[in-house]
Amino acid sequence: MDFTSFLIQILNALQYGLLLFLVASGLTLVFGIMGIINLAHGSFYMIGAYLAFALSSLTGNLMLAIVLGIPLAFGFGALLERLLFVHLYKRDHLQQVLLTYGLILIFEELRSLTVGDDVHGVAIPELFSASIALSENLSYPVYRLVISVVCIALAAGLWWLMQRTRLGMMIRAGSFNREMVQSLGVNIDMLYRTVFALGVALAALAGMLAAPISSVYPGMGGNVLIISFVVVVIGGIGSVWGALVAALLVGFADTFGTVLMPDLAGLAVYLLMAVVLLWRPEGIFRKG
Amino acid sequence: MNSGVVTLFKLAVLAGLMLFPAIGSSFYVELVAKILVMAIFAMSLALLVGFTGLVSLGHAAYFGIAAYTVALIAPEYEAANLWFVLAASVLAAGAAAFFVGLFVLRTKGIYFIMVTLAFAQMAYYIFHDTALGRSSDGIYLNVKPDASLFGWTPFSLDDPAQLYYFILAAMAAVFVLLSFVLRSPFGRVLAGIHSNEHRMKSLGYATFRYKLAAFTLAGALAGVAGFLYAVLFGFVTPEYLSWHQSGNVLLMVILGGLGSLAGAVAGAFAFIGLQEMFSDWTKHWQLLMGLVIVAAVLFMPTGLAGLPRRIFRTVNWGEDDE
Repeated sequence: MDFTSFLIQILNALQYGLLLFLVASGLTLVFGIMGIINLAHGSFYMIGAYLAFALSSLTGNLMLAIVLGIPLAFGFGALLERLLFVHLYKRDHLQQVLLTYGLILIFEELRSLTVGDDVHGVAIPELFSASIALSENLSYPVYRLVISVVCIALAAGLWWLMQRTRLGMMIRAGSFNREMVQSLGVNIDMLYRTVFALGVALAALAGMLAAPISSVYPGMGGNVLIISFVVVVIGGIGSVWGALVAALLVGFADTFGTVLMPDLAGLAVYLLMAVVLLWRPEGIFRKG
Repeated sequence: MNSGVVTLFKLAVLAGLMLFPAIGSSFYVELVAKILVMAIFAMSLALLVGFTGLVSLGHAAYFGIAAYTVALIAPEYEAANLWFVLAASVLAAGAAAFFVGLFVLRTKGIYFIMVTLAFAQMAYYIFHDTALGRSSDGIYLNVKPDASLFGWTPFSLDDPAQLYYFILAAMAAVFVLLSFVLRSPFGRVLAGIHSNEHRMKSLGYATFRYKLAAFTLAGALAGVAGFLYAVLFGFVTPEYLSWHQSGNVLLMVILGGLGSLAGAVAGAFAFIGLQEMFSDWTKHWQLLMGLVIVAAVLFMPTGLAGLPRRIFRTVNWGEDDE
């Protein structure tokens, strides 16, 4: 492998890892703060991708679709929390698994009923449709770089939100002691709803960003869900920072695993997880 | 409830299942056979989820590994020996569960759920993507295994009714085996781990070993189910290992109510019954299934088996759970 194609693989690994981070960060926050295992989290990614498809065919512009899609996803998440997830906080993990598994079936069938089971493509916005030439016959699409940059900005924003704002402080406090935060006068129900909706919006945004490169297809949520689980297991539940490191590790393992041992593509990520489990069963950055 | 009445009820159900091929059409005989296989699968998971408190979301891996073992070692156009392939596939599933258990049992709670799922997905990819699974479309098992034992052939699996009875016998055997296991000192330790693992540890039990033994046994019994499923339908596909399969069997266990083997069997009947009914009505039957599941969690937290008990308790105050 020469240097240029090596560079391309590194950029691909970064882009894939960062996108995974968007999905996994919401998952790990909802785990860490509310103690909820949410199997339907992959469905939010799928819903985001289909939103991008529907809204961009409606408006003719992916960027406009994303701007419209984020508040929609956030509102959808808040509604879902109010109607269903609020009943799960006091239930055991088994019932959380059950209910969210039921939700996956519902979301997949609603997708099938409204959009159908075909694979759809989503056009890259004209502004970013160019490619950067790296050598005579190798080039790198600008859009993938844009994804990476957006994800890095979001990761920085998330860090700022969690560490430097009053909301972030309340979220962190709420993850330690729900009753104490409540007795200090914080509306914990609203706090949980915000965190949940934020997680949904992040997963949906990842789906919207990925739609032009992965295309939009049935079952796309399931794969992302399981890989995000691997990310959360490696990073440690509840740690956003851990999710970032783990997502990048998984991105690299998957990309270079495919390049170096094509026969075992898809296995590299799970081997990485197995090694981390032997080394640190609670993940690399387990809190508390 | 009186335990004599319960035993009588179980025997009545068994008698009904034994008489069924005499009255049911061939379609329904095959359907009930499928349910009985799934009942074995559900009971094997109940050992983990209901009795040991280990929520595995990757149990389909052992079902699928056993099914693939038959398909891969059976000769293409001849009958394999039933007892040999049965032993081989159950051993393969048990060995896989033992190996995975070494890793996953180091984790607890939410981690355990996610890690079992991830390992099952790894197994799925092995059969879906590598040469071992031959093709992502699956493999046909052209000839049903031959039941001969030292030259004597007690029955033939080519006959649908005899295949049905073989499966029913396997289901009953697994039921009896697990009942004994749960009543044995080993089963009591598992129950202890379920209610308080720390206490069991401080009493001096090496809980990891007990959990590993339970995980391996559950994997091997899931292998019995996977083997029978492959023989019944003559076909294996990577979908047998998919996480939807793991989700469905978990549903059966929970639907039937935790902590009861009969509940797991009832859950298998309820789940496949609903599946058949809904898919008769509409192509989008999973929507109805999803709604049933969500409603069940919200309004019926103790499952089908808990339903009579809950009703009983509201009528008769002060009645204990056991």
